[in-house]
Amino acid sequence: MELILEGVLKAIKMLISLDREVLDITILSIKVSGIATAISVVIGVTTGTLIAINDFPGKKVALSLVNTAMGLPPVVVGLFVTIFLWRNGPFGFLGILYTPYAIIVAQAVIATPIVTGITVAAMQQLPKKLQLQILALGASRFQMAVILIKEAKLSLFAAVMAGFGGVISEIGASIMVGGNIKGYTRVLTTATVMETSKGNFDVAIALSIILFLLAYFINLILTYIQQKESGSR
Amino acid sequence: MVKDRPILEAKNLRIDRMGVTTLDIPSFKVGEGEILSIIGPNGAGKSTLLMAMCHLFRQFSGIISFKGKEVGRDISPSEYRRHIGLVFQEPLLFNTSVFENVASGLKFRRIDKRNIEKIVMGNLERFGLAPLRNRPARTLSGGEAQRVSLARAFAINPDILFLDEPFSSLDAPTKDNLIYDLEKVIKDSKVTTIFATHERDEALRLSERIVVINNGRMVQDGAPEEVMNYPCNEFVASFMGVETILSGVVLKEEGGILTVSVSGLNIEAVGEAPIDSKVILCIKPEGVFLYPVSIEAQSSARNNFMGEVTRIVSSGFYQKVYLNCGFPLVAYITNASAKSLGVKEGINIRASFKATSIHVIKV
Repeated sequence: MELILEGVLKAIKMLISLDREVLDITILSIKVSGIATAISVVIGVTTGTLIAINDFPGKKVALSLVNTAMGLPPVVVGLFVTIFLWRNGPFGFLGILYTPYAIIVAQAVIATPIVTGITVAAMQQLPKKLQLQILALGASRFQMAVILIKEAKLSLFAAVMAGFGGVISEIGASIMVGGNIKGYTRVLTTATVMETSKGNFDVAIALSIILFLLAYFINLILTYIQQKESGSR
Repeated sequence: MVKDRPILEAKNLRIDRMGVTTLDIPSFKVGEGEILSIIGPNGAGKSTLLMAMCHLFRQFSGIISFKGKEVGRDISPSEYRRHIGLVFQEPLLFNTSVFENVASGLKFRRIDKRNIEKIVMGNLERFGLAPLRNRPARTLSGGEAQRVSLARAFAINPDILFLDEPFSSLDAPTKDNLIYDLEKVIKDSKVTTIFATHERDEALRLSERIVVINNGRMVQDGAPEEVMNYPCNEFVASFMGVETILSGVVLKEEGGILTVSVSGLNIEAVGEAPIDSKVILCIKPEGVFLYPVSIEAQSSARNNFMGEVTRIVSSGFYQKVYLNCGFPLVAYITNASAKSLGVKEGINIRASFKATSIHVIKV
């Protein structure tokens, strides 16, 4: 109990004094997970919309693959991204393994199926005749897709939240492809694991609180926007 | 039936789903400016036919031609769809304002802003929606939403307007007002209108041509009074409100009057059919008159029968009386008549109907 209390007090002190190292780790976490989520939203919403509005052979197989990938274990993603970015790997020439870019790639791989899956579900919840109505109004298929995305935007906010929540809290892939290099690829989760293993529980608790608050505030903002949209309906 | 050159023509339209033919229309033409209704029961294929004519189904075979141009060959489906308007049973409005909804088709066509404002306001006025222009579509009542959907379809100035049961989810007064306004707008704009419905009253009110379909096939195509008074078969007769449909055999023909034996009783009807041939007699309930048993038949009607009242169904303004006259017979009478006749289940009553009130269908 004393350990936890001490840890919380130290954490509060670190937060108030804006500890330089903790601040850098936090900013890097936001940057990496934010960019990864943005990438996953662009790819996931596009792919999800294409899957939802088109009928093609193997659509059910594609959907089941997306749904399975929504629960991809981060360590598996970490392993394969490492192999792909390894010096002799197919993308080794990029030279980005153990850099923040590698973490972005791994996190985007984790979040994209989540965003795709939620996008497909959101699109399928729209009235079936809506697509016909839009086409009958003279829209091209691209214009139709844009309107459908707008109509499903409340659910798509949920996709963004789920995607961000998935990557800001993951550890396996980040540590494997980033290497937890101090001042370079150390993010909140990898730092927490390291401090815990070193027995620095106070620092670990401080990092955990920051991680929790960060996830909370980002989701608070997104929820606020979502509910504002919902209220205008 | 097509009064002018066809604006729309369908040939060999066919849709098969899982081995079942859901639509099979060998030929169908719609004249420019025509207002026609496609009627049939639920599941008859009305909406399927409409969607096929809008070229919104990919999996159909056949040819759709618009103003003589074959869609898919001379004109692309998307280009063709820019000439049509479509309104569904559900308003299917977008989650934005009334104005933006009505403007949507114009924006897809990249019309400039100033023109959009003018066209949208004109159509909002047309449907009495101008005060609602900034209202979010989600806050509208069912009737208002359907008006917005109609205004949105008219805003693009379509050559053909397709209406797929647009009044089905509205209450009676809202529906009446909307049909009244729509009728005016359709007539003013002279737009070719194809209206699918299962309500014969709506079809009779709005259209100048009725196409009856059942099981994906066209059963009858004609003017409303023709379909109403001279149904081509038992199905159409029943769908158009003929309550008494009897099978019989022609015993004799004299001066255009047939004597038909039905369940051993003779009924006289105006018509033509060979002796000994089988016919179907259609007797509309409004053509049957009821009298108390004590009074001798007073009317000049050729057909007078005694019958027992087996069932009475009240329909608000009138009562539907089911009789057993040796054959089943249905009559409509007013509430006042029902009271003065003392009509109740189990009593005997006299029924009469004219030979001219019967429509004879040769089998």
